[in-house]
Amino acid sequence: MSATAKKGAAKKDGANQPFIYRQFDQDKLRDALRKMYLIRQFEEGAEESYMRGLIHGTMHLSIGQEASAVGICLGLSDEDQITSTHRGHGHCIAKGADVSRMFAEFFGKTTGYCRGRGGSMHIADVSTGNLGANGIVGGGLPIAVGAALTAKKMKTGNVVVCFFGDGANNEGAFHEALNMAAIWKLPVVFVCENNGYGMSTSVARATAVPNIADRASAYAMPGVIVDGNVVSDVAEAMHEATERARNGEGPTLLECKTYRYRGHSKSDRNRYRTKEEIEEWMTERDPIEAFESQLMEFGVIDQNGIEEIRESVRKEIEAGIEFAKESPMPEVANLEKYVYTEQA
Amino acid sequence: MDAQVETATRELSYAQAIQEAMAIAMERDERVFLMGEDIGVYGGAFQVTGDLVERFGPDRVMDTPISELGGAGVAVGAAVTGMRPIFEFQFSDFATLAMEQIVNQAAKMRYMLGGAVSVPVVMRFPAGSGTGAAAQHSQSLEAWLGHVPGLKVIQPATPHDAKGMLLAAIEDPDPVMIYEHKILYKMKGEVPEGYYTVPIGKAEVRREGADLTIVATSIMVHKSLDAAKQLAEEGIDVEVIDLRTVRPMDRQTIIESVCKTSRLMCVYEGVKTLGVGAEISAMIAESEAFDYLDAPVVRLGGAETPIPYNPELEKATVPQVDGIVKAARELVTGAR
Repeated sequence: MSATAKKGAAKKDGANQPFIYRQFDQDKLRDALRKMYLIRQFEEGAEESYMRGLIHGTMHLSIGQEASAVGICLGLSDEDQITSTHRGHGHCIAKGADVSRMFAEFFGKTTGYCRGRGGSMHIADVSTGNLGANGIVGGGLPIAVGAALTAKKMKTGNVVVCFFGDGANNEGAFHEALNMAAIWKLPVVFVCENNGYGMSTSVARATAVPNIADRASAYAMPGVIVDGNVVSDVAEAMHEATERARNGEGPTLLECKTYRYRGHSKSDRNRYRTKEEIEEWMTERDPIEAFESQLMEFGVIDQNGIEEIRESVRKEIEAGIEFAKESPMPEVANLEKYVYTEQA
Repeated sequence: MDAQVETATRELSYAQAIQEAMAIAMERDERVFLMGEDIGVYGGAFQVTGDLVERFGPDRVMDTPISELGGAGVAVGAAVTGMRPIFEFQFSDFATLAMEQIVNQAAKMRYMLGGAVSVPVVMRFPAGSGTGAAAQHSQSLEAWLGHVPGLKVIQPATPHDAKGMLLAAIEDPDPVMIYEHKILYKMKGEVPEGYYTVPIGKAEVRREGADLTIVATSIMVHKSLDAAKQLAEEGIDVEVIDLRTVRPMDRQTIIESVCKTSRLMCVYEGVKTLGVGAEISAMIAESEAFDYLDAPVVRLGGAETPIPYNPELEKATVPQVDGIVKAARELVTGAR
């Protein structure tokens, strides 16, 4: 396993720089790092609040997968849309959501993005183009294709990103969605975050092909594999897929190989993988550490700058939890509100 | 609901009425488009879309692959993002392949997102027995979808209502499931020209009567009206209510009728147990109409069996006019 951060670090200038250093200005790159920290600390904060009994239900943490969420969303606008998964906190933050309203949702409060009706598994911020996490594996795939159909019909020029996990590639919805997106040449990018396990079942045991991206050939679209823990590699592949989509050339299947540090959900006893395996990913391939050292290498940020980001994120998380705690609970009398659209 | 601007009427079949509603909606609103299997040049398995593809082109009358789950989900995704899709299932039975998108996504998305979105999708379901198509192409599963908060489920029984309720469904901001009985497709009736809507959630008294209330759905409205005619000759005066909407159910119209007639019979094609009739019966048992009942409530529904192929067996599976007459007579005279 190579230390991926060193990959593009041979030269500091010119055409040999990794993609993101050519594509984005330094503020944007520092903001990308900040978002990665925001995702990690948000999830750590959510986990702690759960342990302390402030949040009920369950949650699926994406700690370790931050480079994929941030790399994919780096070049998107608020008008570009995403569909997300049960492991969707990172996508929501990467797309621009406010962590205060996310915490408020997890706390079940009226100030939450879903007014306390959705929780972690349905977190969404439609105003930044996030059509929602989904409790059904593969549930978002056809919906993303439908959103892309709207983009094509209305000629908006927007791109739709469909996040899903390795588990979803064995759902029928995956195959139906990819096929339709391909025959109609829709502006959608299918992003598989392959973290190696669908709950406890490894990809090797569940999927007949070695890579999820291998399935792209069945639907006549490019299948691209990237190291999902390297922001620049993810963003570069995403850029090509987005260009292709915007040019009317149709969908791409992009596979980000990554790893989740935590269990599947809060009920996971981690019996299906070894401590050594988890340790290796955490110490050798952590996406935030890798991105940090690369940013420092290219002179985008120094140690002080990193400290400032960590500190400001820490404050934002604290304030977010405080906001959630203080926000009002929904009234039971409003239980049935939002089942149907209120009509005059 | 839009104002009624009914003009001259003429006779159309139920299928033509639905086609006309879709054509009018597409003329009025460029966000409206049709999706389904073989709805383009083929014209749909029951010729409901007919030649619409020639008028509106293949981008608005979209043939889908045989992918009910994916197709329904695409319609949901398009609806959430600003379009007004109408998705045709070739047979209502195939909704079983798409239940995930209908039940988990379309029905719940607005609620799960705390009101941040609406899902204005219409899904059309050719349903019912009587075509000799046997067990997998003849079911009436409207009660399944009627059980799901977030959906609206309608069953127009006449060409007039088919057009007006479909237009209301297309205008509706929420997912509307329209169950169309295949045997009704060829039935003719007076249909106003132009745009009009028939409200969702309102039952219609098709025949007034004093001795017995029959609440019927879809094709059973016509069978019940035929039965009522025969019963009138015997001096039994039957009120026939066309339920029209399974969810949200028009409780008031039924309660008022039962308070008047003191007897209730539910007639529907779906399997009797845990069906639409169970809901109506229970609703009456919980209402002020209960005190007015002079006899137990009777349900006539589909037999507890898959729909068989043999035509005689198929007929015996669902309520027929003779059975309705017999059951109504027993209910009314038995209580006298």
